[in-house]
Amino acid sequence: MLPIEVKNLYKNYFPAKSGKFAGIGNPVQHSGETATVETGLSFSVSKGEIFGIIGPDGAGKTTLFRILTTLILADRGTATVDGFDVVKEYKEIRKRVGYMPGKFSLYQDLTVQENLNFFATVFNTTIAENYYLIKDIYQQIEPFKNRRAAKLSGGMKQKLALCCALIHKPSVLFLDEPTTGVDAVSRKEFWDMLKQLKNQGITILVSTPYMDEANLCDRIALIQNGQFLTIDTPAKIVGQFGKTLWTVQSDNMSRLLLDLRAVKQIESCFTFGDSHHVTILNDQFTKTDLHKILHEIGHTNVEINEINPTIEDCFMELSKHS
Amino acid sequence: MKQFMSFVRKEFLHIFRDRTTIAILLVLPLLNLILFGYAITTEVKNSKIAILDPSNDALTRAIIDKLAHSEYFTINKIIHHPSEIDEVFKKDRLNMVVVFSSNFYEEAAHTGNAQVELITDGTDPNTARVIASYASNIIASHLAGLSKIEKIPFQINPQVKLLYNPQMRGAYNFVPGVMGMILMLICAMMTSISIAREKEFGTMEILLVSPVKPIFIILSKTIPYFVLSLVNLTTILVLSVFLLGVPVAGSLFWLIVFSLLYIFVNLSLGLLISSLVDSQLVALLISGMVLMLPVIMLSGMMFPVENMPEFFQWISQIIPAKWYIIGVKKIMIKGLGVSSIIPEIIVLSTMGILLITASLKKFKYRLE
Repeated sequence: MLPIEVKNLYKNYFPAKSGKFAGIGNPVQHSGETATVETGLSFSVSKGEIFGIIGPDGAGKTTLFRILTTLILADRGTATVDGFDVVKEYKEIRKRVGYMPGKFSLYQDLTVQENLNFFATVFNTTIAENYYLIKDIYQQIEPFKNRRAAKLSGGMKQKLALCCALIHKPSVLFLDEPTTGVDAVSRKEFWDMLKQLKNQGITILVSTPYMDEANLCDRIALIQNGQFLTIDTPAKIVGQFGKTLWTVQSDNMSRLLLDLRAVKQIESCFTFGDSHHVTILNDQFTKTDLHKILHEIGHTNVEINEINPTIEDCFMELSKHS
Repeated sequence: MKQFMSFVRKEFLHIFRDRTTIAILLVLPLLNLILFGYAITTEVKNSKIAILDPSNDALTRAIIDKLAHSEYFTINKIIHHPSEIDEVFKKDRLNMVVVFSSNFYEEAAHTGNAQVELITDGTDPNTARVIASYASNIIASHLAGLSKIEKIPFQINPQVKLLYNPQMRGAYNFVPGVMGMILMLICAMMTSISIAREKEFGTMEILLVSPVKPIFIILSKTIPYFVLSLVNLTTILVLSVFLLGVPVAGSLFWLIVFSLLYIFVNLSLGLLISSLVDSQLVALLISGMVLMLPVIMLSGMMFPVENMPEFFQWISQIIPAKWYIIGVKKIMIKGLGVSSIIPEIIVLSTMGILLITASLKKFKYRLE
């Protein structure tokens, strides 16, 4: 029995006849194929695993979380959490999972201590009982324990929310975008905490729009428009990229993007921070060739480097095909 | 049980931390009573009147004296000819002219044909009706007093006698109305808003994904507002007895039991509203527009139900406040026993049971 097992999960917020889609598990129609191949999301998470659902806003992450936490019903497909069906045995699931919604959802007018006490009682436990589990996190917010939740910083709020979700020692922890709107330092601390929780044997399903956090997960599912692009370990996904990837920079970056896309040997070109990432069609085309082309059309200070792909490169590459 | 108490504690914290709301909730009944008691009053005091008294005899002078000494009238002008009447209303803007027939005392004593004409300004029919009835009461009571002493065979004109509230004092009417309004406001409106707030802030999401029975979450919301409405009920009763001089004529015990029933109906109503809406604003609008307006307009608090078009009379039947106000008037003002409010008790209990069943059926165990 796996902590999370999901099979052919499908949910459309629009009525079936409307022809429109918003939700998860819409049929994938690969280019060139006429018949729909698969419907619904399927995946499973092993015990003690940090499983990341990674994709942009509106990809269906929250919908998936809400179905698994028994808050909404899927149209089709089945899902079990800790071996319990999300529809029929929802009460059992609600007893044993921890859930941290995407929006900060604690009582703003209660203090840190009051929030924690309240949620401990809600889950039929006390702070003392599972203190060892939240100790490391709680110690960071303890100096502010008499402060109202509304007055905490973003990072502090997330830590408090995590404490509240952990207070009853859940077997599975659902974290919906826990690091959105949190500063870089707090984000790193947050992921360190997740590592510790994993060592305690807690299974964690976490979603994030930040691709750079993917490497911190054991396995990830890249999601777009309600459909998984791939499910694997971050290393394997990067390993399967299978193309040469260059970063290109010049003095006129916006013109460079259009010019690069016009080059026949270049398969794709996307902007990543301060440079453009390009993949090329065949290995005969070298960096020197590209240098020459760009110089001829008047680009100055052109710099081309070969790099290893990141998860974001893989996401862009995969999303192109779907 | 420990969970439940923890929920109730949390609700109280929410209420006490929100200073504005708690202030409004506690001051609201006070404000309402003072507003209705002193500002928005249907009583008319110090009406300016003119007198046309062609007979000018002992009896008319005595009556004029009575009118002048009552708190309702001040005599501003004495006129001498009927042609001046028009001017009294148009130029002097007086409210009423009292016209005695000539040879008033003689006629009264011998033929019984003495007449007093009360001419009022019909552009304000409510005031006109009220002051005319004040004046005829004063005149009639004076004549009635005379006929006992002097044994003169006065002809007593038909008169309106207002039972229980002879002076037509507004307080007797609005105290039950304010009770009906305040209790509904606190129970239905505040309960529905506080549940909608949990949904809006996303805390409902966390609470649903917990071992707590959803019904506990909802019921725990009703306790603090139940307590608050008891506080307000006490405030209203104390104020109306000691400040406005409206006594509790009947049994205080049954008045409170009857109020508890009404509170239960409104809490169920609040729960039903909250299970239908997701935002505080909508909850507020529904309880404000759909509950408050009909209570003020159609419950008989401001306007008599009997005077409404039939359609609105029908609507008023389904307004809990209407039945509550009728019941409170019976116990508190008329001093009738509990047996007299059995119909109201039956109607309110039925409403309560229907509402609580509907709200429990409608309650969502999930987000959608």
